[in-house]
Amino acid sequence: MPVKVMIPSPLRPYAGKRDSAEFSARTVGEALGHLTTEFAELRKHLFTEDGKLRSFVNVYVNDEDIRYLAKENTPTKDGDTISIIPSIAGGVYLASPSRSPVGQR
Amino acid sequence: MADAATLWISGSLAEKIRAHGAETYPHECCGALLGRDSSAVLESDRGDGTLIPAREILQLFPLVNRRDDSPRNRFSVTAEDVLAAEKAAREQGLEVVGWYHSHPDHPARPSEYDRDHAWPWYSYIIVSVQNGTPQDMTSWRLNDDRAEFSPEGIEIRHRAAVSATGFSTTEK
Repeated sequence: MPVKVMIPSPLRPYAGKRDSAEFSARTVGEALGHLTTEFAELRKHLFTEDGKLRSFVNVYVNDEDIRYLAKENTPTKDGDTISIIPSIAGGVYLASPSRSPVGQR
Repeated sequence: MADAATLWISGSLAEKIRAHGAETYPHECCGALLGRDSSAVLESDRGDGTLIPAREILQLFPLVNRRDDSPRNRFSVTAEDVLAAEKAAREQGLEVVGWYHSHPDHPARPSEYDRDHAWPWYSYIIVSVQNGTPQDMTSWRLNDDRAEFSPEGIEIRHRAAVSATGFSTTEK
């Protein structure tokens, strides 16, 4: 039985609208590697350009945060569920020159 | 993906976001937007019968800003808070379709920090709060390439949605 990776809502448009995918993998890193190979558009939302998990991407194996395990080297076994859970951050700093909003009231 | 996106929110929920921003001023407020994605279409204000796909906000899930080290210019929602918001949404047959936060004494425009930390697909509402008084409110979606946000139109309407799926909403 392979490892199941749960895909959060914001990433489903890049994963064929699927909410999960299954892979044979011995570690979390291997499973995420399979995921981002099958769904290449996911990669930039999960990893920085130098290949590190983004700070607001939380990965759990079953109910354990991999930051408190062996991070991406955390071993997985058949039947495990890997969950990608967003955290949300932001705030004012140097305002970026984005285009003017529409529909503003 | 974010092209021509429109967010539908009732006037009372929009006021609640503004009030939350005023309440926490000079600190940033934050919360989840619960609703349905593209479950309805709106009739265009042009009056020609044109229908626009819309993402509906039907509930708010106000959260505590976890950035107690820098709450005037940062907000943070932990993974646990995200799971709590998703649970609250599921219990009402909704989903978390975005997040709101305030920019105290700054414009309602996303910062580089906002963009660096943004997820695609979610709607990000920003309300500017100047000297404690809520001002402009805007909504944004991160582009697929993460290079910038695209503005998302906000439609403030009361029970004016034309349902494409047989779903109708009830304004509280």
